[in-house]
Amino acid sequence: MAGLSSSLYNLFFRKNTVMLGTVFASAFAIQMAFDSGSEKIWDGINKGRQWKDIKHRYVQAAEEE
Amino acid sequence: MLARSCLRSTRLVGPVARNAASKTASRSASTSSSTAEEAASSWKTTALGSGATAFAIGSVAWYYHLYGQNVDAMTPAEEGLHPTAYPWEHTKWSKTFDHQALRRGFQVYREVCASCHSLKRIPYRSLVGNIMTVDEAKALAEENEYDTEPNNEGEIEKRPGKLSDYLPSPYKNDEAARAANNGALPPDLSLMVKARHGGCDYIFSLLTGYPEEPPAGAVVQEGLNFNPYFPGTGIAMARVLYDDLVEYEDGTPATTSQMAKDVTEFLHWSAEPEMDDRKKMGWKVMAIGGVLFALSVWVKRYKWTPLKTRKIIYTPPGGPAKNPSSPRPSVKMNERQ
Ligand code: HEC
Repeated sequence: MAGLSSSLYNLFFRKNTVMLGTVFASAFAIQMAFDSGSEKIWDGINKGRQWKDIKHRYVQAAEEE
Repeated sequence: MLARSCLRSTRLVGPVARNAASKTASRSASTSSSTAEEAASSWKTTALGSGATAFAIGSVAWYYHLYGQNVDAMTPAEEGLHPTAYPWEHTKWSKTFDHQALRRGFQVYREVCASCHSLKRIPYRSLVGNIMTVDEAKALAEENEYDTEPNNEGEIEKRPGKLSDYLPSPYKNDEAARAANNGALPPDLSLMVKARHGGCDYIFSLLTGYPEEPPAGAVVQEGLNFNPYFPGTGIAMARVLYDDLVEYEDGTPATTSQMAKDVTEFLHWSAEPEMDDRKKMGWKVMAIGGVLFALSVWVKRYKWTPLKTRKIIYTPPGGPAKNPSSPRPSVKMNERQ
């Protein structure tokens, strides 16, 4: 465990520039994960209610004409 | 007062006539007089206490009578019947609008309400992705004509509508609307759900609340219709929704209450089109905010640990040294960790 955390330290936090890069990259990744995760939960709760759930009926109808 | 002065005079006399009889007499006199005094004062105390209590209760009652009651400027009929609270699905904290219902509601608005009520704040573009596809909205916009910008000769011409145009109003202006409706102005419905107490419940109750005929004794003015939910009970709008008035494209049976429910939900959307996103964003904010709050609590406890767990020991000079390791009397900070 100690070896892992010290190598993590050496890898990401030793140099300030590297740490800054780590912070930005992980902020980006975490936001993506959080947004898509919460979107999934939200769409699950509101299944069948939103426009994206019923859109196919009308888009297809328009194409057939 | 009288009894007390008697007592004093007896005492003054006492030393002069030093005999047992007078002493006994004075003692018995003082005893009897103090009993009378006690009786009188206890009566007074009771009266005073009762009076004060009665006054306190009375003044509270008077104050409540003056300021504590509801003050109604209007009679219940003028106020209008309070609408029933219906279990709207879309007003729950975690629910979006039912967009299929919005589509039906917009159909009801267009086929029924739009002949009298404007919906000025809704452009065609906001229907896209909520109620209809781009192509449907474009086709709908092109059904109506709008003024162009003045051309080179300053003439204003007509052009077909675009997505950026707003829904057309049924009347040129409010005066024309009044003239066509017996002097009553059909209000714009864009923000109607926000503009009335009871919101969705009120509008649904209003649309479905017309009785077959007004109850006995109700006075309905010429040209007005009886509706108990409308403040004043006389409304210039007659009942507009009847079973099977519209034909829903998705096959939903168009009962009066179904249409009223759909058009009400649609009007809620038109008043608050941001609701879906607002709720979703609110949940996200609470999730992130919850994590940040927990973190800040942890950081606070972390930073305060040394302060919260330290122990200050005072060893008095010359006294028994409680802490033998300290060479001289001092205030010592001891960290327990
Ligand atoms: C025949 C014309 C007409 C039609 C059709 C019509 N209304 Fe009205 N509406 C009126 C008039 C006139 C008033 C003003 C009533 C008044 O002030 O007494 C009104 C008022 C209202 C009000 C406001 C009530 C208030 O509290 O002030 C609402 C809400 C309303 N209408 C909703 C609708 C809906 C929803 C529809 C479609 C299902 C509709 N109306 C169809 C004429 C109409």
